[in-house]
Order: sequence, then C-alpha cells, then structure tokens
Amino acid sequence: MNKREFLKKGAIAFIPAAAVLQALIRQAEAGATSGAGAAGSPTPGYEPRDHWYGMGIEVEKCIGCNRCAEACKVENDVPPEPFFFRTWVERYTVKQSGETEVECISVNPRGERKTQDEREALRSFFVPKLCNHCAHAPCVQVCPVGATFTTADGVVLVDSTRCIGCRYCIQACPYGARFFNHHTNTADKCTFCYHRVVKGLLPACVEVCPTQARVFGDLRSKASRLVRFQRMNKINVLKPALNTEPKVYYAQLDGEVR
Amino acid sequence: MKLPEQVTRIVAVLALIVALVLLVRFVLIPPAYFSTTVHESATVRREVARPVNFAGAVACQDCHAEEWDRKAQGYHKGLACEACHGPSARHAEDPMSVKPFAPRDRKFCPVCHAYDAARPTGFPQINPESHNPLKPCITCHNPHDPVPPETPKECAACHAQIARTVALSAHALLPCATCHTASKEHRIAPRSALPSKPQTREFCGQCHAGGTANPDAPKVELASHGGGYLCWQCHYPHLPEGRP
Amino acid sequence: MIAQVPPNLAELLGQVIGYIYPNEIEIHWSILIVVYPYLTGLVAGAFILASLVKVFSVKEVQPTYRLALLTALSFLLVAPFPLLLHLGHMERSFEIFLAPHLSSAMAMFGFVYAWYLMGILLLEIWFEYRHDLVVWGREHKPPLRWVYRALSLFSTDISERAVAFDRKAVRTITIVGIPSAFLLHGYVGFIFGSIKANPWWSSVLMPIVFLMSAIVSGIALVLFLYMVVTSLRNEPLDMKCLDRVASYLFYAVVVDFSLEALDFIHRLYQSEESVKILAQLISVKLFTNLVILQVLLGMLVPLAVLVAARTRRANPDLRKLLYFTSAILIQLGIFSTRWNVVIGGQLFSKSFRGLMAYKMEMTGLEGLVTTLGLLIAPFVILLVLVRLLPAKRVGEAPVHPA
Repeated sequence: MNKREFLKKGAIAFIPAAAVLQALIRQAEAGATSGAGAAGSPTPGYEPRDHWYGMGIEVEKCIGCNRCAEACKVENDVPPEPFFFRTWVERYTVKQSGETEVECISVNPRGERKTQDEREALRSFFVPKLCNHCAHAPCVQVCPVGATFTTADGVVLVDSTRCIGCRYCIQACPYGARFFNHHTNTADKCTFCYHRVVKGLLPACVEVCPTQARVFGDLRSKASRLVRFQRMNKINVLKPALNTEPKVYYAQLDGEVR
Repeated sequence: MKLPEQVTRIVAVLALIVALVLLVRFVLIPPAYFSTTVHESATVRREVARPVNFAGAVACQDCHAEEWDRKAQGYHKGLACEACHGPSARHAEDPMSVKPFAPRDRKFCPVCHAYDAARPTGFPQINPESHNPLKPCITCHNPHDPVPPETPKECAACHAQIARTVALSAHALLPCATCHTASKEHRIAPRSALPSKPQTREFCGQCHAGGTANPDAPKVELASHGGGYLCWQCHYPHLPEGRP
Repeated sequence: MIAQVPPNLAELLGQVIGYIYPNEIEIHWSILIVVYPYLTGLVAGAFILASLVKVFSVKEVQPTYRLALLTALSFLLVAPFPLLLHLGHMERSFEIFLAPHLSSAMAMFGFVYAWYLMGILLLEIWFEYRHDLVVWGREHKPPLRWVYRALSLFSTDISERAVAFDRKAVRTITIVGIPSAFLLHGYVGFIFGSIKANPWWSSVLMPIVFLMSAIVSGIALVLFLYMVVTSLRNEPLDMKCLDRVASYLFYAVVVDFSLEALDFIHRLYQSEESVKILAQLISVKLFTNLVILQVLLGMLVPLAVLVAARTRRANPDLRKLLYFTSAILIQLGIFSTRWNVVIGGQLFSKSFRGLMAYKMEMTGLEGLVTTLGLLIAPFVILLVLVRLLPAKRVGEAPVHPA
C-alpha cells in the first residue's frame, strides 16, 4: 500500500482509540478518594496540614540508659536482633590526644562499656540518634517507585505494600537511620510513632526518656515544647552541609558528632 | 511514494507493542494504582491502625493518683511511669486482668544510676557493686520518691566523675569543701543553690604562692604569673596539668 | 529475597573496625549489584565498537561488527536478572515500569532499558540481518525456515533498493544508539554519583568513569570473543582488524586510566573530611582489589602489553597472545572496578569512623553460584545467537588471512 493509504487507515483506527483513552484518563483523575478510617483512628478532627512535627534532643541531659531504643523496639515491632534500629544511642569520649572514641550502646545495652581513663578524657557524652524526618529528604528523592514519602504533617513514612526492596533509600540516607526489615522485605525506619502522635500521644522514645532529653513537638504550634526548645537553646542539626534540612534539632551538640 | 516493506513491518510491530502497553496501562490496571494520593493515604491509615503498647504517663494518673502526686513532688517527677513499669497499654484497657511489670531486682535501677563517665555532671550515680550490695534498691529508696534515707555526705554521690578524677590527681587529698562551699540547700535542690568557686587568685595562692604554707605544692610568683586570669581559667583543679 | 535475618550478621559485627552506625552492619548491595553495571558496561562498550564501523567508517573493524551486536544483545538480555534477583519484592518489580517516581535516577531503568533493547539493539540487528534472514528463510529446511521467516517479520524484498534502505537505517540507528548506549550505562554511574551521603560514590566524574571503563571492557570482550569464535571455526584471524581493535582498546584504556587517576589525585589534593576514612578503606579493605587487581593487573599491565604489541612490531602469533592476555586481564580489572565501587562504597561507615566487612554467600539468590550463572548465561545465549545468525554475510567472500 502507499503512504497515503497507510496514513488514512491509521488515522481511522486511532481516532476511536484516542477517545477511549481520554475517557479513561478522566476516570483516573476523578478516582483518587480515600476511604473510611480503620480501627485505631486519629483524634477526631485531626488535620495533618495543621501540623509540622519535629524533635529536639538535649545532649547534656541524655544519660545513655537506652530505654528509648528498647521502648521503640517494643512499640513498633522492630526486629529484636541488635542489627536493626529505628533509634539508638551513641557514646562519645573526646580525648586529650585529639582522638575521639565512639561506641553504640544500643547494640549491647547491658554489656560492658568501654571504661574511660579519667586522665585522658576531655569530655564524654551520649547522643541519641534517629531518623531526622528531613524536610528535603534524600531517601524520598531516590525511591524509584515513590514508596517513601513525606506526609502533610512532616513525617517521612514507608509504604511497605509498595516498596520493592531495592535499598536505594538506605544507601541515600546520610544518617544510617534506615534498615532493611527482613520480615516484610522492605525498607523500614522511625515513623515518629505516627500512630501515637495523631492520637495526641508522644512517640515511645520520648515517653520513656527518664531525663526528658527528647522533646517532641509541633513546629506550627505557637506553644509547643519543641518551639520553646528552639527558643532557649542554640540548635544544631546533623550534617547540615548535605542540605537535607533535618527536623531533629540538637542542643549542645558537640562538633565531634557525625 | 511507496513505503519500503521494512518500515510497514516495523511500524506494525511497534503499533502492536504500543497497543499492548496502552491496554495494560489504561484498561487492565485500575486507575487507583497510579495515584500517589491513594497509596499515601492508605499507608497513613495502615500506620495509624497499628497497636499502641505504651499508654502514656497521663493515662496512669486517673487510677493511680496517689503515686502520681507523690512522684510529681520528688526527683523522679520527669520520669514517665512506663519507663520503669514497661508498656502498659493493655493494663490501661483492662486493669484487672493485665498487670504491668514492677521492677524489684537490684539490676534494674543501675541501668540509669550506675556510674558512667559520660553521664552528665550532677546526675546521681553509684557503683552497684559497692553501694549496699545484695540489698534491693527499693529497701531504702521509694521509686516514686527516691530521696535517699540520708542526705549524701560525700559530693561523689552526684559528682562521681569529678571525684574519680580528683582521686587520681595531685589534689587527691583535698576534700571538696577546701575550695567549694555548698549550702545544705544544694543537696536537696541542686540546681537552685549552686556551690561556690574561688573567685580570687590569692585563694590558690594560699598554697601556691611563695611562702611557707604547704611546702609540697608547686610555687609561682603570683604577681607575674598568668596575667589577669583566675587560676582555674588555665589550670584544671580537679586534675592539675593533666597527669599526677 | 530472604525471609529471615541473614545469619552472618553477628559474625560481621566482630569484624567491624572503629565505629559504624548500628544499621550499617548489613551490606545491602551485594555481588549482584556489581554484576549489573558490569553487564551493561559490556553492552555499551560492545555497541560503541560496532558503531565505529557504521558511523566512523572504520572498515578494518568490520569483521567484528555482527559479533559485537550479538554480544551486546546477549548481555543485555541477562542484565535485568541480577537486579530482579536482588529485590526484596521481585513480584513488584513492574512498579518501576508502570508507576515510576520521576525524581529517582533508578526509575529511569525501565524506559532506558526498553528503549535500548527494542528501539536500538533489536532494530539495528534486524536491519543488519534482514537480507540474510530472507535468504536463509528460503534456503533452510523447516523448522529453521520458519524461525528465519518469523525473524525477518515475513519480509521478502531483497532488491538493491531495499538493501540500501537497510544500510541507511542501520547507520541512522547507530547514530542514535551511541547516546542511547551512553545513557544506558551512564545512568548507572549517575545513580551512584548522585548519592551525596556517600563520598566514595558522590562525584561528578562517576558517570563518565563508569562509561569509559564500560567502553574498555566492551572492546576487550569483543576482541576476546572474535579471537575465540574465529578460532573455533578454524578460520584465519584478520590481523588488520585485530590490530585496529587493539589500538582502539589502547586509546580507551589510556582515557579511562587518566580519568580514574584524575579522580584519585583530585580527592587527595582537595583533602575533604572523608579522605581519612577513604584512605583507610583502600589500605585496609581494598588494597588487593584496587591496587593489585584494578590498577596494576587491570590497567597498567594491559597498557604495557598493548604498547609492546604496537611498538615492537611483533610477529602475528605473539601479537595475538598479547591481545588475548590483555583482554582477559582487562575483564578482571573492570570487574574489580565495579566491585570496588559498589562493595567498596559500603565498607566504610557514614560516620567516617569505621569499616565493615562483606561476606559473599556461596548459595542463595545473592551468592557466588548465582553470580557465576549470571556471568556464564550471556555466553550461552551468544553461542545460540552466533549459530543462528552467523557473522558471515550471504554472498560474502571468505575472509583472507592478514
């Protein structure tokens, strides 16, 4: 057949196809409504857009008891082995020689800790770590299927029904906050205990901290513990040069902390 | 112009592939699959539906008002109930059939109170091996109001790291009171009544300036040594010159 | 896809040097993720060699043209499998194709792969072989007859005009194919290079270094395969062709080495915070792999061997031996390069304070046996393809010895 005939026949076939296409696109755009809530729903009238959550950590108050890490594992069904943590506590010893020794006390909480030689140590302290729920999260950027996303109230979640387990997000997190959950075969991390927070409760780690070193709050609220924390302390975040805009704010953060 | 037969065949195959892709994308797979909103809200619902295991300290107040009020006055006022009693949401839902854990073992309290050099100054720490060995902690300390049975005489009870450091130094034999005056209030409400620090060079000069007092102490010419600074702005009195 | 916690994590914990974040003990991207860029690199490199014939009219290299295309196809067909086997949820892999998250470089995979496979490689092979497919469809007996006819899409026109159209089509496709090949392998380099969290990977040069080492490995592979396939057929090797391919290999190795040396010198000179832990990484964990395998055996020795072959005007037999040796060493070197990038980047902590260890499983989906299978499979496919689609054109005179 020649070109003219071909184009004619092609055009005739494509017009109805295009019409079907249009109808389907319209249907798709209209279709995205969320259904009714399941059991265990947020406080009535909870509007995510009214909140923007963050956490404050006062390094000088942390006593390194590890209750936060243990409570998190209990509350969130985190695999119990010492290789998977949604939150953990580090212990720093800055020595006179200029060397800094770091260990993670959450890996072996009841075990022997490195003893400090009082003559050598300049300063030592504990630093709790967790997912920073970055406002400009690299993990959200690199997920190939969009399984990890930021909610309207500033919490970064993982859709474990969508995650394909490629582990790109785990590589992209500069803070080591993510791990691979071998029970669900998906990426996993701290959720700020979202299921507690939307009901007006505190995250488990904040709840059990004996010295109130962890402060959870709503950055959009005029009177929240976190806003006061930001007013009264000099604030630092981890790895600011990477421009991830973390929402976990540290007071009295030592320069040796990475 | 007649199209070469290669082109028609390739276009036919291409059309087939495109048709298949369009079929799968727009007909076979439901549109909700492609909507991020649908997936995100489903994820939020799933997250919110997770069970709560820690009831939150406020939940304890309703039934345990006496303990609550007692705790609210004492040193453990900032400590949530479940930090010691463990996750108690099931107990809060059904108080009679589920009882929370109540720590009685001597191993429990040292998790927070055993000496660790990295713990902040002023946090009460003990050496579990030598502090009333074998006696359960609750014998002398009520966990809801853990005031020790006697006000600690030694500063080391709360300033363990400093005490251990001084013990290694040239100042080991000096009691804390030599240089610091701590009122009785300090032992009860530490942060509101702070101890004093020497505020003159002459204070250190009592031992370290030229003279006959304390011949073992290294001597310096007070007038010419160290400019206008107070001694402890350069020397760390708890471990002078770093090594004994 | 592992249903339980990997059993060796406790052992790995004992091998940690210094401090690592507790979640970092598990190495996430295993040997399979080393194999993937290795395979796509070979695809890109083989295609670039093929493009020398069609786009840059380097006629001496013509005898390797069809082999290069079939090599590219064999490796491309196997390439998605290491990725698939690595996923936590293989059954959801199609999500990348259907609903990709467009800010992710990895989401490009489906489209780049599909485009390159169908729009470039299969199309080019089809146009290149079409005339011969029609002829073989007439000559052979069933069932092969139907295979050839189906492959030719039942076309029948082998007039001068049609064949001229085919040639033009091949040239056009190759011209489009060169940037497509760059994209196919370059995007993998970008996946690594854009991770700011990891200073071993994060570099502007990463996609370019990936691509250059891909070209090196691809050319070396085609050189190796040409020598093997031709010898297995008891046909004489075209020395002019071999010399030309070897000289392109030489240029490619020089450029690749210069780029990697530049990256190294730049890091040392700039001396950013990560330089201490990276130096420790190289000296403690990667010394054999990087200094011995990648640089010495994988680049410097082949470079010296290729120079010797060129300048000394050695006799053909010696040249063949030197080319063969350098081709094998280069494969070893480029595989080490991929290992050093992928695994090496996961052996140091993002706290910049410690080093971890990687223990490759033997069996299991991400083990050595699977890896060897994936590396051998393309050769098996190539064997079939080379039998089905011989390099010698219908009506072409046999190759004269050089």
